[in-house]
This record gives sequence, structure tokens and C-alpha cells, in this order.
Amino acid sequence: MNARDKILGRIREGRSRMQTDIPMENVARHLAWHPRGPFPPPHNDLAACFKERAIKLSSDVLETNDRTEVPELLARYLGERELPMRGVCWPSLAGLPWSAAGLDMQIRPATDQDLVGATGAFCAIAETGTLMLLSGEQTPATTSLLPETHVAVVDPRRIVATMEDAWDLMRKESNQPPRAVNFISGPSRTADIEQTVTLGAHGPYRVLLILAPA
Amino acid sequence: MQNTSINFKRQVTIKLADVRLQDALSRLQTRFVEGRSAVIGEIHDLQETRNAAAEIRDRVLNDLEHWLLHFERQATARGAIVHWAETGEEANRIVAEIAAQHGVRSASKSKSMVSEECGLNDALEQAGVKVTETDLGEYILQLAREAPSHIVAPVVHKNKEEISDLFADKHRLPRKSGIAELCREAREVLRPAFLNADMGISGGNFLVAETGSVLIVTNEGNGRLVTTLPRVHVAITGIEKVVPTLEDVTTLLRLLPRSATGQSITNYVSVLTGVKAKEDQDGPEHFHIILLDNGRSSLIGGEMQEMLRCIRCGACMNHCPVYQNIGGHAYGWVYPGPMGSILTPLLGGIEKSPDLPNASTFCGACAAVCPVKIPLPDLLRKLREKQVQRGMKSRQEMFMLKAWAWLALHPRIYALATRMAVRIMSMLGGKDKLIHRLPAAAGWTDGRDFPAPTGMTFREMYRKEKSQ
Repeated sequence: MNARDKILGRIREGRSRMQTDIPMENVARHLAWHPRGPFPPPHNDLAACFKERAIKLSSDVLETNDRTEVPELLARYLGERELPMRGVCWPSLAGLPWSAAGLDMQIRPATDQDLVGATGAFCAIAETGTLMLLSGEQTPATTSLLPETHVAVVDPRRIVATMEDAWDLMRKESNQPPRAVNFISGPSRTADIEQTVTLGAHGPYRVLLILAPA
Repeated sequence: MQNTSINFKRQVTIKLADVRLQDALSRLQTRFVEGRSAVIGEIHDLQETRNAAAEIRDRVLNDLEHWLLHFERQATARGAIVHWAETGEEANRIVAEIAAQHGVRSASKSKSMVSEECGLNDALEQAGVKVTETDLGEYILQLAREAPSHIVAPVVHKNKEEISDLFADKHRLPRKSGIAELCREAREVLRPAFLNADMGISGGNFLVAETGSVLIVTNEGNGRLVTTLPRVHVAITGIEKVVPTLEDVTTLLRLLPRSATGQSITNYVSVLTGVKAKEDQDGPEHFHIILLDNGRSSLIGGEMQEMLRCIRCGACMNHCPVYQNIGGHAYGWVYPGPMGSILTPLLGGIEKSPDLPNASTFCGACAAVCPVKIPLPDLLRKLREKQVQRGMKSRQEMFMLKAWAWLALHPRIYALATRMAVRIMSMLGGKDKLIHRLPAAAGWTDGRDFPAPTGMTFREMYRKEKSQ
């Protein structure tokens, strides 16, 4: 008998000692139903809630009604912090006027040498000020991970109330989860030394969210 | 990891006298206990959410076979390979085989307590694989060749001066003194380990049956790096970590980071499903999931099953007056605090940890903060009962218990004896009304003061109150 059979055998034996008798169909029923647990009452202004929570978790937030202004906002943000004016971005952002704003953005996944990575987001979650990114051909995961500065362009109409809403959106728009679903809530951090929070561990040092309608 | 919990009492004496440790532990208390209480109230209906979380865990544990099989089917359909390991050694052997199969020379690793159970790093080093721990705390411990003393904050027992010295010695760079500088140095030293690793090793906070996904929560980003860059990813976790659906795991995620570190959400929550698709730009080509039993399956259907609800937040140890005074190393294995005092005897053998079930004041703080409502003091009491049944108590303790039982069955003699006892004991208490030494229980008073009674028994006081 292999380990799998022995482990499952012991579980079965233990379960036979229980009073309850649970049919296999219960698994299928629960999966089909996938009920929600208790969740917070919806906020009436999702964008405002998202902004407030994101800032609380040390993300920087900028807003514009005109998507073509995104490069300008990013250039100013980088300039103020004396950061390099070049980086990489997702193909979905290729059409923005980067060079007019003095930025050199290449359309490819990030490597260790890239210092700025610009992404979109599948959606954003108001409850915690969180970005939801799905990995894929057009949406490499490294762009939000390797550079020291991650900038995400978020469509305010893609802000949902809770993570449950985000799952529903994912189920609706793609029939199965991609290789990696990454929820991002601000710059990477560690509190391992003396439980003192330090921003910038192995991921980005700063996360800039630019709310701009698609 | 070797179980040395048999030395508990000796370790306690050493730890209580360790000034630096005591300083570090008081910091943990303020940061984690206050941190939790500041954000736990954000949860709309905390009690209802805890009930739901306990129910989710019980749903799986009551039908673990079917949920595991469903998880395995879904994970396999997406190209992951699921392995089952009965013991830590078996898990180590499987990982070493995977490494050999893919020609792995170096591995980058994010924090995994299950891998600590197995002693995976040593086994891989013996198999010729260089393993680098990349969680800052675990990296520090790997340099210092020490074991974690907390399941969430593994290096809580060290202060920044010790870490400065360690980095200066091991990195051969100028000594840094600020915490931010130390973190920066670790980032720069560890970058090549991420980029050059052939294999990434992670734990798994949850396994989602619905999608066959491994979910990990991290703050540093190292968990994302080790599961994105190397061509092979091995996730190792316990068989009990299955959760039915994405909604169910979301309920648990509202509780886990708040209970652990006082965060409303961890920086990163990564849901990893299957291998890199043909058109994907990044991600591992091979994904192996190792499900470790190591004694867990034998708890199913028994009186200790509730322990398997545990989601490893560490709140029970942060709030435990015993842990707060002795830290994690004294417990002698991977899991300290109340959850460890139960898991270590259950997984490692009750005979090997005679003191752990007794390392509790039964104050109940652990059960009050547990996000999945594990009745920790009740489980500790059940372990004590097992110790008595197996005759593991000293002859003196058994005699005292028998004497008390006899007295309790003879109310008049009991009343007389307690009347005499409280009067003598009230005289023994000095000005501070504390008894520093009890002749009949010198061992007990070595480490504790006994509050002196006021001179009357409860029954006497009750009678007096009633007559007034």
C-alpha cells in the first residue's frame, strides 16, 4: 500500500468512528453553491473607500479623468522622488503617450534590472484597498514584482466591494483561475526585525495607484 | 526538526533568566497583541465570522477524504503533481527526488513550518542541493543556525544588535545598525538566490479544493519570487489545509492576518493554480504539491480533531502568559504556545512531551482569540487526562489527587480540613500576602508565589453573607 492509500485509509477509519454520515454528494453540492460567509455591508462610494484603505496600507494614489494624462502623472511622481524615467509596462498600456512625458517604457516582462513596472489590474477591492492581478500572456507577473516601483493603472469602474465580488467577476470573465492570481496591498514589507514595519522587502518599495477610466 | 520538549522545565529556567529574550518578548506583546486588538473590530460581525470560519474548517475535517480527493483531481487537471507523505522523512525523500529529476542544484525557499517539521533543509543539503531561506526572519536563522521561536515572527527572540553583528560577520560588509539598512542589505544579498534558483520551495496556507490551488499569504514578496522565477515549484503543506471554495478561503483571510500581525490583509495573497501555460511569460514549468500527514490523519474522528482547524495565525501564543514569559524555544519543537503544547504531544508522542500539556494556566486567553474557535484549554485538559490514565504522573502527584478525591467525597472532613488549611496558610503569607514557599509543594513554589488566603473558606464566607 502506498502513502496515499494509507493516509486516506486512516482518515476513512477515523471518520467511521464519527456519528455523522456525510455523502460524497455534499462536496459537489457545496462547490456548486459556493456560499459566502459574513461580509461587510457595501460602501456607497467604492472608489473613495478603495483610496482611503490603499493609502492606509502605504500605497500612493493619484487620479485623473483623462487616461492620456497617466504618463504625465507618473513622470511627475518619479521626478519628485528622483527615480529613473524608464521602465517596462504591460502591452495594454502600450498606447499611452509615454515618450511625450519623457518616459522610456518598454513593452516586455520585467527583469531584475528594471526599476519601474507599469501594470493594469483585473480589478480592485474596496474593502482592503487591494489590487487583483491575473497572470497571463499579456499580463506578466514579474512586472509588479521585480521593479522597485510598481505603478498600477486602475479603472475606477473595476473597483468591487469585496474579494467575494472579485471571485464572481473572475468566474464570469474567465472560466478558470490563471496560473497566478496575485492580490497586492501596498509595497512589500517586513516586520521580522524587532516587529518594526519596514517598507521594501523583496518586492517593490513603493506602489503608485493611478485611478483613470479606461 | 528534533523534538526536545522533554527538556521543557530546564529550558524554562534558562529562558526566564535571559534578559535579552525577556526584552524581545515584551515587544512581541505590545506589537502583536495591540496590533490585533486595533484591527479585529474592523470585521463587520466578528463572532459570526469566527463561527463561519470554524464551520468551514469542520466541513473539511468531517469529510477530509472527499475534499482531499477533489483537491487532488483539480490540481492534477491543471498540470500539478500531487504527492502524499506519511512522515517528514518521506516528504524529504520526495523533494530530493524531484530535485534530482529536474537537475536542481540550488533552491530558494519561503517560510514553511511544515518544512521545519520535516527538517527539509538539512535533507536537501545532504542531497547536494543548496537551499536559501528568503523570508528575512528565516534567513537570519539560517545564518545563525537556529530554529524559529514563533510561527509567524520566527526571529522574535533576537534584537537588531545581534542581527547587525550576524550580518557583519556573515556578509563581510560594513556593520549596519538601522533596521531599514539591514533589510536593504538582506534584499541585495538575497537577490541572486532568487534569480539563480532552479527550484522554489514554499509552504501553503490553504489548499482550495474548488480550483486545485495553493494559496500563500506573505508580506515580503519572497513568496511570490520563489513561486514565479524558478522553473520548478514545490509546495509542501499539511493534509488538513484544504478549504472547499474561494468564498470559504476569503472568510478565513479576513481573520488570519488580523489575528496574526494586526494587518487587515497581508501585502500579498497569491493563489497558484497549475503550471505555466504555453503562452504565459513567467511561472514554473513544473509544480509539485506535497501533502504531509505526519500524525494528522490519526486525529480525525477522535476527541482532538478540533486541533486540525488551526490556521497557524499565532494569536494563541501572542496572548499566552506562559509563551510571553519563556518564548518559543523552550517548547522544544516547531510549534510553541498553546497550539504547540497540544500539537507537539499529538504529532510527536505524548510520552515525549510530559510537561507541555501542563504548561498552561488555563486562563483561556488562547481560546478567546482563536479565529477558528479551537477550545485550546479543553484540549490541554484532555491531554492531562490521558497522562493520568497512562500513569505518567509522579507517585506524589497521584497520591495528592487521590487524597483530594477522598476528601471531596467526605464533605464534613473536607470542611474541617479546608478551615484548618486556610488559617495556617493565611499566617504563612507575609506582609505582601504571598506565600513564597509551601513545605508540601516546594517544587511548585520554586517558580511561583502562592497568594495567601484571607483566613476563611468560601463556605464560611457564604454562610456569613447569607446570615447578614
